Amino acid sequence: MAVLVLAEHSNAALNDVTAKTVAAAQAFGGDIDVLVAGHNAGAAAAEAAKLSGVRKVIHVEGADFANALAEAIEALVVPMMSSYDAFFAPATSIGKNVSPRIAAKLDVMQVSEITKVIDASTFERPIYAGNAIMTVKSSDAKKVVTVRGTAFKAVESSGSAPVETAAAPAGPFKAAFVSAEIAKSDRPELASAKRVVSGGRALASAEQFNQYILPLADKLGAGVGASRAAVDAGYAPNDYQVGQTGKVVAPELYVAIGISGAIQHLAGMKDSKIIVAINKDEEAPIFQIADYGLVGDLFKIVPELTSKL
Amino acid sequence: MKVLVPVKRVIDYNVRPRVKADQSGIDLANVKMAMNPFDEISIEEAVRMKEKGLATEIVIVSIGPAQAQETIRIGLAMGGDRGILVQTDAAVEPLAVAKILAKIVEAEQPGLVIAGKQAIDDDSNATGQMLAALLDWPQATFASAVAKDGETLKVTREVDGGLETLALQLPAVVTTDLRLNEPRFASLPNIMKAKKKPIDTKSPADYGVDITPRLSVVKVTEPKKREAGEKVADVDALIAKLKSAGAI
Ligand SMILES: Cc1cc2nc3c(=O)[nH]c(=O)nc-3n(C[C@H](O)[C@H](O)[C@H](O)COP(=O)(O)OP(=O)(O)OC[C@H]3O[C@@H](n4cnc5c(N)ncnc54)[C@H](O)[C@@H]3O)c2cc1C
Repeated sequence: MAVLVLAEHSNAALNDVTAKTVAAAQAFGGDIDVLVAGHNAGAAAAEAAKLSGVRKVIHVEGADFANALAEAIEALVVPMMSSYDAFFAPATSIGKNVSPRIAAKLDVMQVSEITKVIDASTFERPIYAGNAIMTVKSSDAKKVVTVRGTAFKAVESSGSAPVETAAAPAGPFKAAFVSAEIAKSDRPELASAKRVVSGGRALASAEQFNQYILPLADKLGAGVGASRAAVDAGYAPNDYQVGQTGKVVAPELYVAIGISGAIQHLAGMKDSKIIVAINKDEEAPIFQIADYGLVGDLFKIVPELTSKL
Repeated sequence: MKVLVPVKRVIDYNVRPRVKADQSGIDLANVKMAMNPFDEISIEEAVRMKEKGLATEIVIVSIGPAQAQETIRIGLAMGGDRGILVQTDAAVEPLAVAKILAKIVEAEQPGLVIAGKQAIDDDSNATGQMLAALLDWPQATFASAVAKDGETLKVTREVDGGLETLALQLPAVVTTDLRLNEPRFASLPNIMKAKKKPIDTKSPADYGVDITPRLSVVKVTEPKKREAGEKVADVDALIAKLKSAGAI
Protein backbone atom coordinates (compact mmCIF):
# COMPACT_ATOMS: atom_id res chain seq x y z
CA MET A 1 0.00 0.00 0.00
CA ALA A 2 1.18 3.56 -0.66
CA VAL A 3 -0.12 6.98 0.34
CA LEU A 4 0.56 10.30 -1.34
CA VAL A 5 0.51 13.20 1.15
CA LEU A 6 0.11 16.75 -0.12
CA ALA A 7 2.51 19.02 1.74
CA GLU A 8 1.30 22.39 2.99
CA HIS A 9 4.09 24.95 2.80
CA SER A 10 4.95 28.55 2.08
CA ASN A 11 7.66 27.57 -0.44
CA ALA A 12 10.24 28.83 2.05
CA ALA A 13 9.11 26.54 4.87
CA LEU A 14 6.97 23.52 5.59
CA ASN A 15 3.77 24.09 7.54
CA ASP A 16 3.44 22.11 10.75
CA VAL A 17 0.16 20.56 9.58
CA THR A 18 2.11 18.49 7.02
CA ALA A 19 3.74 16.48 9.82
CA LYS A 20 0.28 15.89 11.31
CA THR A 21 -1.07 14.74 7.96
CA VAL A 22 1.85 12.32 7.68
CA ALA A 23 0.90 11.01 11.14
CA ALA A 24 -2.63 10.32 9.88
CA ALA A 25 -1.17 8.59 6.81
CA GLN A 26 0.97 6.43 9.13
CA ALA A 27 -2.14 5.35 10.98
CA PHE A 28 -3.60 4.40 7.60
CA GLY A 29 -0.52 2.34 6.76
CA GLY A 30 1.79 1.67 3.82
CA ASP A 31 4.61 3.65 2.23
CA ILE A 32 4.28 7.42 2.51
CA ASP A 33 5.46 9.81 -0.17
CA VAL A 34 5.15 13.56 0.37
CA LEU A 35 4.41 15.83 -2.59
CA VAL A 36 5.86 19.32 -2.38
CA ALA A 37 4.45 21.28 -5.31
CA GLY A 38 5.69 24.85 -5.18
CA HIS A 39 7.75 27.61 -6.68
CA ASN A 40 11.30 27.93 -5.37
CA ALA A 41 10.21 25.42 -2.77
CA GLY A 42 13.53 23.62 -2.31
CA ALA A 43 13.65 24.57 1.37
CA ALA A 44 10.18 23.17 1.99
CA ALA A 45 11.09 19.95 0.17
CA ALA A 46 14.24 19.61 2.28
CA GLU A 47 12.19 20.01 5.46
CA ALA A 48 9.68 17.43 4.22
CA ALA A 49 12.54 14.98 3.65
CA LYS A 50 13.27 15.09 7.38
CA LEU A 51 9.79 13.96 8.41
CA SER A 52 9.96 10.57 10.08
CA GLY A 53 8.35 7.66 8.28
CA VAL A 54 8.49 9.18 4.81
CA ARG A 55 9.70 6.96 1.94
CA LYS A 56 10.47 9.83 -0.44
CA VAL A 57 9.65 13.42 -1.24
CA ILE A 58 8.47 14.37 -4.71
CA HIS A 59 9.41 17.96 -5.40
CA VAL A 60 7.67 19.63 -8.35
CA GLU A 61 8.46 23.18 -9.39
CA GLY A 62 6.04 25.36 -11.31
CA ALA A 63 4.88 28.97 -11.29
CA ASP A 64 1.26 27.82 -10.95
CA PHE A 65 2.17 26.14 -7.67
CA ALA A 66 3.42 29.36 -6.10
CA ASN A 67 -0.09 29.97 -4.87
CA ALA A 68 -1.35 26.38 -4.94
CA LEU A 69 -3.70 26.75 -7.90
CA ALA A 70 -6.26 23.95 -7.56
CA GLU A 71 -6.46 23.22 -11.29
CA ALA A 72 -2.67 22.79 -11.50
CA ILE A 73 -2.44 20.54 -8.44
CA GLU A 74 -5.30 18.41 -9.77
CA ALA A 75 -3.52 18.03 -13.13
CA LEU A 76 -0.33 17.00 -11.31
CA VAL A 77 -1.82 14.59 -8.77
CA VAL A 78 -4.48 12.70 -10.75
CA PRO A 79 -2.03 10.87 -13.06
CA MET A 80 0.29 10.15 -10.10
CA MET A 81 -2.53 8.36 -8.29
CA SER A 82 -2.13 5.24 -10.47
CA SER A 83 0.77 4.40 -8.14
CA TYR A 84 -1.05 5.13 -4.87
CA ASP A 85 -3.91 3.73 -2.83
CA ALA A 86 -4.70 6.94 -1.01
CA PHE A 87 -4.31 10.70 -1.17
CA PHE A 88 -4.10 12.58 2.14
CA ALA A 89 -4.18 16.37 2.35
CA PRO A 90 -4.45 18.66 5.36
CA ALA A 91 -7.92 20.18 5.83
CA THR A 92 -6.59 23.71 5.27
CA SER A 93 -7.91 26.22 2.77
CA ILE A 94 -5.52 24.70 0.22
CA GLY A 95 -6.36 21.06 0.98
CA LYS A 96 -10.09 21.71 1.11
CA ASN A 97 -9.86 23.54 -2.21
CA VAL A 98 -8.00 20.92 -4.20
CA SER A 99 -8.79 17.48 -2.70
CA PRO A 100 -12.41 17.20 -3.85
CA ARG A 101 -11.28 17.95 -7.41
CA ILE A 102 -8.86 15.04 -7.24
CA ALA A 103 -11.51 12.80 -5.65
CA ALA A 104 -14.05 13.58 -8.37
CA LYS A 105 -11.50 12.91 -11.12
CA LEU A 106 -10.76 9.52 -9.53
CA ASP A 107 -14.49 8.85 -9.06
CA VAL A 108 -13.99 8.64 -5.31
CA MET A 109 -16.12 10.11 -2.52
CA GLN A 110 -13.78 12.16 -0.34
CA VAL A 111 -13.72 11.57 3.40
CA SER A 112 -13.50 15.12 4.71
CA GLU A 113 -11.67 16.31 7.79
CA ILE A 114 -10.99 13.03 9.50
CA THR A 115 -10.12 13.03 13.20
CA LYS A 116 -9.20 9.35 13.47
CA VAL A 117 -8.12 6.44 11.26
CA ILE A 118 -9.75 3.19 12.38
CA ASP A 119 -8.41 1.01 9.55
CA ALA A 120 -7.50 1.37 5.87
CA SER A 121 -11.10 2.07 4.88
CA THR A 122 -12.73 3.33 8.09
CA PHE A 123 -12.44 6.84 9.49
CA GLU A 124 -14.00 9.09 12.09
CA ARG A 125 -15.06 12.61 11.19
CA PRO A 126 -17.12 15.26 12.95
CA ILE A 127 -20.42 16.31 11.38
CA TYR A 128 -23.09 18.87 12.34
CA ALA A 129 -20.56 21.37 13.71
CA GLY A 130 -18.94 18.66 15.79
CA ASN A 131 -22.18 17.79 17.55
CA ALA A 132 -21.79 14.23 16.29
CA ILE A 133 -18.92 11.99 15.32
CA MET A 134 -19.55 9.79 12.31
CA THR A 135 -17.62 6.61 11.61
CA VAL A 136 -17.64 5.87 7.88
CA LYS A 137 -16.35 2.99 5.82
CA SER A 138 -15.31 3.80 2.29
CA SER A 139 -15.97 1.26 -0.46
CA ASP A 140 -13.91 3.19 -3.02
CA ALA A 141 -10.82 1.43 -4.37
CA LYS A 142 -8.69 4.49 -3.61
CA LYS A 143 -9.20 6.80 -0.64
CA VAL A 144 -9.13 10.58 -0.79
CA VAL A 145 -8.98 12.06 2.67
CA THR A 146 -8.52 15.46 4.26
CA VAL A 147 -7.06 15.52 7.75
CA ARG A 148 -7.92 17.76 10.70
CA GLY A 149 -4.50 18.73 12.01
CA THR A 150 -5.54 19.22 15.62
CA ALA A 151 -6.55 15.55 15.88
CA PHE A 152 -3.10 14.12 15.07
CA LYS A 153 0.28 14.45 16.73
CA ALA A 154 2.98 15.61 14.32
CA VAL A 155 5.62 13.05 13.37
CA GLU A 156 9.20 13.86 14.39
CA SER A 157 11.72 15.46 12.05
CA SER A 158 14.41 12.85 12.44
CA GLY A 159 14.25 11.18 9.04
CA SER A 160 16.21 11.65 5.83
CA ALA A 161 14.14 10.61 2.86
CA PRO A 162 15.41 11.06 -0.69
CA VAL A 163 14.02 13.98 -2.70
CA GLU A 164 13.02 13.25 -6.29
CA THR A 165 11.89 15.82 -8.77
CA ALA A 166 9.04 15.49 -11.25
CA ALA A 167 7.76 17.65 -14.09
CA ALA A 168 4.93 20.12 -13.66
CA PRO A 169 1.85 19.61 -15.85
CA ALA A 170 1.61 21.87 -18.85
CA GLY A 171 -0.72 24.81 -18.46
CA PRO A 172 -2.26 27.16 -19.14
CA PHE A 173 -5.10 26.64 -16.68
CA LYS A 174 -8.48 28.30 -16.78
CA ALA A 175 -7.86 29.99 -13.45
CA ALA A 176 -5.01 32.37 -12.73
CA PHE A 177 -3.66 33.93 -9.57
CA VAL A 178 -4.08 37.71 -9.49
CA SER A 179 -3.05 38.91 -6.04
CA ALA A 180 -3.07 38.12 -2.35
CA GLU A 181 -3.39 40.08 0.84
CA ILE A 182 -1.62 37.97 3.40
CA ALA A 183 -1.03 39.74 6.69
CA LYS A 184 2.46 39.29 8.12
CA SER A 185 2.50 38.88 11.84
CA ASP A 186 5.06 37.96 14.46
CA ARG A 187 2.36 36.28 16.54
CA PRO A 188 2.08 32.50 16.52
CA GLU A 189 -0.05 31.13 13.71
CA LEU A 190 -3.62 30.61 14.95
CA ALA A 191 -4.02 26.99 13.80
CA SER A 192 -0.89 25.74 15.58
CA ALA A 193 -0.50 28.23 18.47
CA LYS A 194 -0.09 26.76 21.98
CA ARG A 195 -2.26 29.56 23.33
CA VAL A 196 -5.08 31.47 21.65
CA VAL A 197 -6.90 34.63 22.73
CA SER A 198 -10.17 35.24 20.86
CA GLY A 199 -12.48 38.24 20.87
CA GLY A 200 -16.16 38.44 20.01
CA ARG A 201 -18.85 40.90 19.11
CA ALA A 202 -18.55 42.53 22.55
CA LEU A 203 -15.32 44.23 21.47
CA ALA A 204 -17.58 46.55 19.45
CA SER A 205 -14.91 48.01 17.13
CA ALA A 206 -11.65 47.14 15.40
CA GLU A 207 -9.89 49.74 17.57
CA GLN A 208 -11.06 48.13 20.78
CA PHE A 209 -10.32 44.63 19.44
CA ASN A 210 -6.73 45.73 18.88
CA GLN A 211 -6.56 47.70 22.13
CA TYR A 212 -7.87 44.92 24.40
CA ILE A 213 -7.18 41.58 22.70
CA LEU A 214 -3.72 42.08 21.21
CA PRO A 215 -1.81 43.13 24.38
CA LEU A 216 -3.21 40.14 26.25
CA ALA A 217 -2.28 37.84 23.37
CA ASP A 218 1.23 39.27 23.31
CA LYS A 219 1.61 38.88 27.06
CA LEU A 220 0.66 35.22 26.69
CA GLY A 221 2.60 34.66 23.48
CA ALA A 222 -0.71 33.64 21.99
CA GLY A 223 -2.24 33.53 18.53
CA VAL A 224 -5.31 35.70 17.98
CA GLY A 225 -8.76 34.42 17.03
CA ALA A 226 -12.26 35.85 16.73
CA SER A 227 -15.88 34.84 16.50
CA ARG A 228 -17.76 35.12 13.23
CA ALA A 229 -19.68 38.11 14.58
CA ALA A 230 -16.41 39.98 15.23
CA VAL A 231 -15.13 39.14 11.74
CA ASP A 232 -18.40 40.01 9.99
CA ALA A 233 -18.42 43.39 11.75
CA GLY A 234 -14.87 44.07 10.58
CA TYR A 235 -13.28 44.06 14.06
CA ALA A 236 -10.88 41.31 12.99
CA PRO A 237 -9.72 39.89 9.64
CA ASN A 238 -11.41 36.82 8.12
CA ASP A 239 -8.50 34.50 8.79
CA TYR A 240 -9.04 34.96 12.56
CA GLN A 241 -12.42 33.21 12.52
CA VAL A 242 -12.55 30.16 14.76
CA GLY A 243 -15.40 27.71 14.31
CA GLN A 244 -17.39 25.29 12.19
CA THR A 245 -16.77 27.32 9.08
CA GLY A 246 -13.50 28.94 10.10
CA LYS A 247 -10.39 27.48 11.70
CA VAL A 248 -10.32 24.61 14.14
CA VAL A 249 -7.88 25.09 17.00
CA ALA A 250 -6.95 22.98 20.01
CA PRO A 251 -4.35 24.93 21.99
CA GLU A 252 -3.22 24.31 25.57
CA LEU A 253 -5.06 27.49 26.55
CA TYR A 254 -8.00 29.19 24.81
CA VAL A 255 -9.29 32.49 26.19
CA ALA A 256 -12.74 33.49 24.85
CA ILE A 257 -13.48 37.15 25.49
CA GLY A 258 -16.94 38.57 24.87
CA ILE A 259 -17.96 35.47 22.94
CA SER A 260 -21.34 33.90 23.73
CA GLY A 261 -20.46 30.32 22.75
CA ALA A 262 -22.72 29.50 19.78
CA ILE A 263 -22.38 25.87 18.62
CA GLN A 264 -20.67 27.10 15.45
CA HIS A 265 -17.95 28.75 17.53
CA LEU A 266 -17.59 25.82 19.94
CA ALA A 267 -17.01 23.53 16.93
CA GLY A 268 -13.70 25.27 16.39
CA MET A 269 -12.29 25.35 19.92
CA LYS A 270 -13.92 22.84 22.24
CA ASP A 271 -10.99 20.45 22.05
CA SER A 272 -8.70 23.04 23.62
CA LYS A 273 -7.02 21.77 26.78
CA ILE A 274 -8.00 24.63 29.08
CA ILE A 275 -10.74 27.08 28.19
CA VAL A 276 -11.15 30.44 29.93
CA ALA A 277 -14.28 32.52 29.29
CA ILE A 278 -14.73 36.17 30.15
CA ASN A 279 -18.30 37.32 29.63
CA LYS A 280 -20.62 39.70 31.43
CA ASP A 281 -23.61 37.36 31.04
CA GLU A 282 -23.36 34.57 33.60
CA GLU A 283 -25.82 32.52 31.54
CA ALA A 284 -23.68 32.66 28.38
CA PRO A 285 -23.35 29.13 26.89
CA ILE A 286 -19.56 29.49 26.71
CA PHE A 287 -19.48 28.93 30.49
CA GLN A 288 -20.89 25.42 29.98
CA ILE A 289 -17.62 24.31 28.42
CA ALA A 290 -15.16 26.68 30.11
CA ASP A 291 -12.79 25.36 32.76
CA TYR A 292 -12.54 28.80 34.33
CA GLY A 293 -15.21 31.44 33.87
CA LEU A 294 -15.01 35.05 34.95
CA VAL A 295 -18.27 36.97 34.89
CA GLY A 296 -17.86 40.68 34.32
CA ASP A 297 -17.05 43.52 31.98
CA LEU A 298 -14.20 42.62 29.66
CA PHE A 299 -13.18 46.27 29.37
CA LYS A 300 -12.25 46.17 33.08
CA ILE A 301 -11.11 42.55 33.35
CA VAL A 302 -8.87 42.26 30.30
CA PRO A 303 -6.56 45.23 31.10
CA GLU A 304 -6.25 44.04 34.70
CA LEU A 305 -5.42 40.51 33.53
CA THR A 306 -2.91 41.81 31.00
CA SER A 307 -1.12 43.95 33.56
CA LYS A 308 -1.01 41.25 36.26
CA LEU A 309 0.35 38.47 34.05
CA MET B 1 -25.47 34.64 -18.68
CA LYS B 2 -27.50 31.99 -16.97
CA VAL B 3 -26.56 31.25 -13.33
CA LEU B 4 -27.22 27.92 -11.66
CA VAL B 5 -27.51 27.81 -7.86
CA PRO B 6 -27.71 24.45 -6.07
CA VAL B 7 -29.39 24.55 -2.65
CA LYS B 8 -29.70 22.03 0.16
CA ARG B 9 -32.37 21.58 2.80
CA VAL B 10 -30.62 21.09 6.13
CA ILE B 11 -31.26 21.34 9.85
CA ASP B 12 -31.82 24.96 10.93
CA TYR B 13 -28.52 26.35 12.20
CA ASN B 14 -30.13 27.37 15.50
CA VAL B 15 -31.14 23.80 16.34
CA ARG B 16 -28.82 21.67 18.43
CA PRO B 17 -28.59 18.32 16.62
CA ARG B 18 -29.37 15.19 18.63
CA VAL B 19 -27.75 11.85 17.94
CA LYS B 20 -30.20 8.93 17.62
CA ALA B 21 -30.07 6.37 20.41
CA ASP B 22 -29.39 3.56 17.93
CA GLN B 23 -26.34 5.48 16.61
CA SER B 24 -27.67 5.40 13.06
CA GLY B 25 -27.56 9.16 12.56
CA ILE B 26 -29.05 12.48 13.66
CA ASP B 27 -32.68 12.61 14.71
CA LEU B 28 -34.40 14.87 12.18
CA ALA B 29 -38.00 13.96 13.06
CA ASN B 30 -39.94 17.14 13.92
CA VAL B 31 -36.80 19.23 13.69
CA LYS B 32 -36.91 22.67 12.10
CA MET B 33 -35.29 22.56 8.66
CA ALA B 34 -34.06 25.47 6.56
CA MET B 35 -31.97 26.34 3.55
CA ASN B 36 -28.24 25.80 4.12
CA PRO B 37 -27.05 29.33 5.10
CA PHE B 38 -24.25 29.37 2.51
CA ASP B 39 -26.82 28.65 -0.22
CA GLU B 40 -28.78 31.76 0.76
CA ILE B 41 -25.55 33.69 0.19
CA SER B 42 -25.21 32.02 -3.24
CA ILE B 43 -28.72 33.00 -4.26
CA GLU B 44 -28.21 36.56 -3.02
CA GLU B 45 -25.07 36.85 -5.14
CA ALA B 46 -26.87 35.54 -8.22
CA VAL B 47 -29.76 37.93 -7.67
CA ARG B 48 -27.37 40.87 -7.31
CA MET B 49 -25.70 39.86 -10.58
CA LYS B 50 -29.09 39.82 -12.24
CA GLU B 51 -29.95 43.23 -10.79
CA LYS B 52 -26.70 44.58 -12.25
CA GLY B 53 -27.57 43.13 -15.66
CA LEU B 54 -24.75 40.53 -15.44
CA ALA B 55 -27.04 37.52 -15.14
CA THR B 56 -30.07 36.84 -17.30
CA GLU B 57 -31.70 33.90 -15.57
CA ILE B 58 -31.27 32.16 -12.20
CA VAL B 59 -32.04 28.44 -12.01
CA ILE B 60 -32.27 26.95 -8.52
CA VAL B 61 -31.62 23.23 -8.14
CA SER B 62 -32.11 21.01 -5.14
CA ILE B 63 -31.48 17.30 -4.81
CA GLY B 64 -33.45 15.86 -1.94
CA PRO B 65 -36.86 14.87 -0.61
CA ALA B 66 -40.20 16.34 -1.75
CA GLN B 67 -39.92 19.00 0.97
CA ALA B 68 -36.82 20.40 -0.74
CA GLN B 69 -39.37 22.04 -3.00
CA GLU B 70 -40.02 24.49 -0.14
CA THR B 71 -36.32 25.30 -0.08
CA ILE B 72 -36.39 26.00 -3.82
CA ARG B 73 -39.47 28.23 -3.30
CA ILE B 74 -37.53 30.35 -0.82
CA GLY B 75 -34.85 30.79 -3.45
CA LEU B 76 -37.47 31.74 -6.03
CA ALA B 77 -38.93 34.27 -3.59
CA MET B 78 -35.45 35.77 -3.14
CA GLY B 79 -35.22 36.31 -6.90
CA GLY B 80 -34.63 32.98 -8.63
CA ASP B 81 -36.50 32.45 -11.91
CA ARG B 82 -37.25 28.74 -11.93
CA GLY B 83 -36.40 25.58 -10.09
CA ILE B 84 -35.41 21.98 -10.66
CA LEU B 85 -36.06 19.43 -7.92
CA VAL B 86 -34.23 16.14 -8.32
CA GLN B 87 -36.36 14.19 -5.94
CA THR B 88 -35.03 11.34 -3.84
CA ASP B 89 -35.41 10.24 -0.23
CA ALA B 90 -32.00 8.59 -0.30
CA ALA B 91 -28.98 10.23 1.29
CA VAL B 92 -27.00 11.63 -1.63
CA GLU B 93 -23.26 12.17 -1.17
CA PRO B 94 -21.44 15.19 -2.61
CA LEU B 95 -19.93 13.08 -5.41
CA ALA B 96 -23.38 11.98 -6.64
CA VAL B 97 -24.75 15.50 -6.19
CA ALA B 98 -21.87 16.82 -8.30
CA LYS B 99 -22.59 14.20 -10.99
CA ILE B 100 -26.27 15.14 -11.14
CA LEU B 101 -25.38 18.84 -11.24
CA ALA B 102 -22.91 18.17 -14.05
CA LYS B 103 -25.73 16.62 -16.10
CA ILE B 104 -27.97 19.58 -15.37
CA VAL B 105 -25.18 21.94 -16.41
CA GLU B 106 -24.85 20.01 -19.67
CA ALA B 107 -28.57 20.49 -20.34
CA GLU B 108 -28.88 24.08 -19.09
CA GLN B 109 -25.51 25.50 -20.21
CA PRO B 110 -25.14 28.12 -17.46
CA GLY B 111 -22.16 30.47 -17.56
CA LEU B 112 -21.68 30.25 -13.81
CA VAL B 113 -22.55 27.94 -10.94
CA ILE B 114 -22.64 29.52 -7.47
CA ALA B 115 -22.75 26.99 -4.63
CA GLY B 116 -22.30 27.20 -0.87
CA LYS B 117 -18.84 26.27 0.39
CA GLN B 118 -20.21 23.64 2.73
CA ALA B 119 -23.48 22.25 3.99
CA ILE B 120 -23.81 22.69 7.74
CA ASP B 121 -25.07 19.12 8.22
CA ASP B 122 -22.35 16.87 6.80
CA ASP B 123 -19.69 19.63 6.70
CA SER B 124 -18.03 17.98 3.68
CA ASN B 125 -17.01 21.10 1.76
CA ALA B 126 -16.71 19.17 -1.51
CA THR B 127 -19.62 19.51 -3.95
CA GLY B 128 -18.57 22.71 -5.76
CA GLN B 129 -15.00 21.55 -6.26
CA MET B 130 -16.18 18.11 -7.47
CA LEU B 131 -18.57 19.71 -9.93
CA ALA B 132 -15.81 21.96 -11.29
CA ALA B 133 -13.54 18.93 -11.76
CA LEU B 134 -16.22 16.85 -13.52
CA LEU B 135 -16.88 19.74 -15.91
CA ASP B 136 -13.19 20.65 -16.27
CA TRP B 137 -14.13 24.16 -15.21
CA PRO B 138 -12.04 26.53 -13.12
CA GLN B 139 -13.14 27.17 -9.56
CA ALA B 140 -12.92 29.81 -6.87
CA THR B 141 -13.91 28.48 -3.47
CA PHE B 142 -14.65 30.46 -0.27
CA ALA B 143 -15.56 33.63 -2.17
CA SER B 144 -15.85 36.95 -0.37
CA ALA B 145 -16.12 39.15 -3.48
CA VAL B 146 -17.12 38.41 -7.08
CA ALA B 147 -16.76 40.83 -10.01
CA LYS B 148 -17.38 40.12 -13.69
CA ASP B 149 -14.90 41.59 -16.12
CA GLY B 150 -15.85 40.61 -19.68
CA GLU B 151 -15.42 36.87 -20.02
CA THR B 152 -13.41 36.60 -16.82
CA LEU B 153 -14.64 36.50 -13.29
CA LYS B 154 -12.49 38.04 -10.57
CA VAL B 155 -13.07 36.31 -7.28
CA THR B 156 -11.58 37.18 -3.91
CA ARG B 157 -11.26 34.14 -1.66
CA GLU B 158 -10.95 33.78 2.10
CA VAL B 159 -7.83 31.67 2.63
CA ASP B 160 -5.95 30.64 5.77
CA GLY B 161 -3.52 33.54 5.64
CA GLY B 162 -5.95 36.25 4.54
CA LEU B 163 -7.37 36.95 1.08
CA GLU B 164 -6.46 35.84 -2.43
CA THR B 165 -7.85 36.98 -5.78
CA LEU B 166 -8.18 34.68 -8.80
CA ALA B 167 -9.24 35.38 -12.38
CA LEU B 168 -11.43 32.61 -13.80
CA GLN B 169 -12.35 31.99 -17.41
CA LEU B 170 -16.09 31.53 -17.67
CA PRO B 171 -17.87 29.17 -17.36
CA ALA B 172 -16.78 28.56 -13.79
CA VAL B 173 -17.82 27.36 -10.34
CA VAL B 174 -17.75 29.70 -7.34
CA THR B 175 -18.40 28.61 -3.76
CA THR B 176 -19.52 31.20 -1.25
CA ASP B 177 -18.16 32.18 2.14
CA LEU B 178 -19.86 34.12 4.91
CA ARG B 179 -18.58 37.58 4.04
CA LEU B 180 -19.72 37.62 0.38
CA ASN B 181 -23.02 39.36 1.12
CA GLU B 182 -25.92 39.53 3.52
CA PRO B 183 -28.83 37.59 2.03
CA ARG B 184 -32.14 39.40 1.78
CA PHE B 185 -35.33 38.17 3.36
CA ALA B 186 -38.01 37.22 0.88
CA SER B 187 -40.87 39.72 1.12
CA LEU B 188 -44.45 38.52 1.39
CA PRO B 189 -45.40 39.71 -2.14
CA ASN B 190 -42.33 37.94 -3.52
CA ILE B 191 -43.24 34.77 -1.63
CA MET B 192 -46.68 34.95 -3.26
CA LYS B 193 -45.15 35.54 -6.70
CA ALA B 194 -42.72 32.66 -6.22
CA LYS B 195 -45.65 30.26 -5.92
CA LYS B 196 -46.29 30.77 -9.63
CA LYS B 197 -42.71 30.24 -10.73
CA PRO B 198 -42.12 26.85 -12.38
CA ILE B 199 -40.36 23.95 -10.66
CA ASP B 200 -39.49 20.87 -12.73
CA THR B 201 -39.43 17.61 -10.81
CA LYS B 202 -36.92 14.99 -11.89
CA SER B 203 -35.29 11.90 -10.45
CA PRO B 204 -31.60 10.91 -10.27
CA ALA B 205 -32.42 8.16 -12.81
CA ASP B 206 -33.53 10.83 -15.30
CA TYR B 207 -29.91 11.93 -15.36
CA GLY B 208 -28.55 8.38 -15.44
CA VAL B 209 -26.61 8.94 -12.24
CA ASP B 210 -26.01 6.09 -9.80
CA ILE B 211 -26.37 7.62 -6.34
CA THR B 212 -25.37 4.54 -4.35
CA PRO B 213 -23.29 5.88 -1.43
CA ARG B 214 -19.58 5.12 -1.39
CA LEU B 215 -19.32 5.76 2.32
CA SER B 216 -21.37 3.57 4.61
CA VAL B 217 -22.16 4.88 8.05
CA VAL B 218 -20.81 2.51 10.69
CA LYS B 219 -22.14 4.62 13.54
CA VAL B 220 -22.87 8.15 14.65
CA THR B 221 -22.04 8.96 18.25
CA GLU B 222 -21.99 11.89 20.65
CA PRO B 223 -18.69 13.70 20.90
CA LYS B 224 -16.81 13.58 24.18
CA LYS B 225 -18.67 15.78 26.66
CA ARG B 226 -16.80 18.63 28.20
CA GLU B 227 -17.76 19.30 31.79
CA ALA B 228 -18.43 22.87 32.85
CA GLY B 229 -15.66 24.00 35.14
CA GLU B 230 -15.91 26.65 37.80
CA LYS B 231 -16.53 30.36 37.98
CA VAL B 232 -13.72 32.31 39.56
CA ALA B 233 -14.27 35.46 41.61
CA ASP B 234 -11.73 37.82 40.09
CA VAL B 235 -8.59 38.22 37.99
CA ASP B 236 -6.29 37.16 40.85
CA ALA B 237 -8.23 33.94 41.35
CA LEU B 238 -8.10 33.27 37.59
CA ILE B 239 -4.34 33.75 37.48
CA ALA B 240 -3.91 31.47 40.49
CA LYS B 241 -5.99 28.75 38.82
CA LEU B 242 -4.11 29.02 35.54
CA LYS B 243 -0.80 28.84 37.38
CA SER B 244 -1.74 25.76 39.34
CA ALA B 245 -3.06 24.12 36.15
CA GLY B 246 0.30 24.83 34.52
CA ALA B 247 -1.37 26.84 31.75
CA ILE B 248 0.75 29.95 32.33
C1 LIG C 1 -23.57 29.07 8.52
C2 LIG C 1 -23.03 29.64 9.77
C3 LIG C 1 -21.71 29.45 10.08
C4 LIG C 1 -21.15 29.99 11.22
N1 LIG C 1 -19.83 29.76 11.48
C5 LIG C 1 -19.28 30.31 12.60
C6 LIG C 1 -17.90 30.10 12.93
O1 LIG C 1 -17.17 29.40 12.22
N2 LIG C 1 -17.40 30.70 14.03
C7 LIG C 1 -18.17 31.49 14.86
O2 LIG C 1 -17.65 32.03 15.85
N3 LIG C 1 -19.47 31.68 14.58
C8 LIG C 1 -20.04 31.13 13.47
N4 LIG C 1 -21.36 31.38 13.20
C9 LIG C 1 -22.07 32.40 13.99
C10 LIG C 1 -22.58 31.93 15.32
O3 LIG C 1 -23.84 31.33 15.14
C11 LIG C 1 -22.73 33.15 16.28
O4 LIG C 1 -23.59 34.09 15.69
C12 LIG C 1 -21.41 33.84 16.59
O5 LIG C 1 -20.44 32.89 17.00
C13 LIG C 1 -21.62 34.86 17.69
O6 LIG C 1 -20.45 35.60 17.92
P1 LIG C 1 -20.20 36.28 19.34
O7 LIG C 1 -20.21 35.23 20.38
O8 LIG C 1 -18.99 37.14 19.20
O9 LIG C 1 -21.43 37.28 19.47
P2 LIG C 1 -22.68 37.23 20.43
O10 LIG C 1 -23.39 35.95 20.34
O11 LIG C 1 -23.43 38.49 20.17
O12 LIG C 1 -22.04 37.29 21.87
C14 LIG C 1 -21.42 38.41 22.41
C15 LIG C 1 -21.15 38.08 23.88
O13 LIG C 1 -20.45 39.14 24.47
C16 LIG C 1 -20.91 39.34 25.79
N5 LIG C 1 -20.59 40.73 26.15
C17 LIG C 1 -21.14 41.87 25.66
N6 LIG C 1 -20.55 42.94 26.22
C18 LIG C 1 -19.62 42.48 27.08
C19 LIG C 1 -18.67 43.10 27.95
N7 LIG C 1 -18.57 44.44 28.03
N8 LIG C 1 -17.87 42.32 28.68
C20 LIG C 1 -17.96 40.95 28.62
N9 LIG C 1 -18.83 40.33 27.81
C21 LIG C 1 -19.64 41.08 27.05
C22 LIG C 1 -22.38 39.04 25.71
O14 LIG C 1 -22.86 38.65 27.00
C23 LIG C 1 -22.42 37.89 24.70
O15 LIG C 1 -22.36 36.63 25.35
C24 LIG C 1 -21.95 30.78 12.08
C25 LIG C 1 -23.29 30.96 11.78
C26 LIG C 1 -23.84 30.40 10.66
C27 LIG C 1 -25.27 30.61 10.36
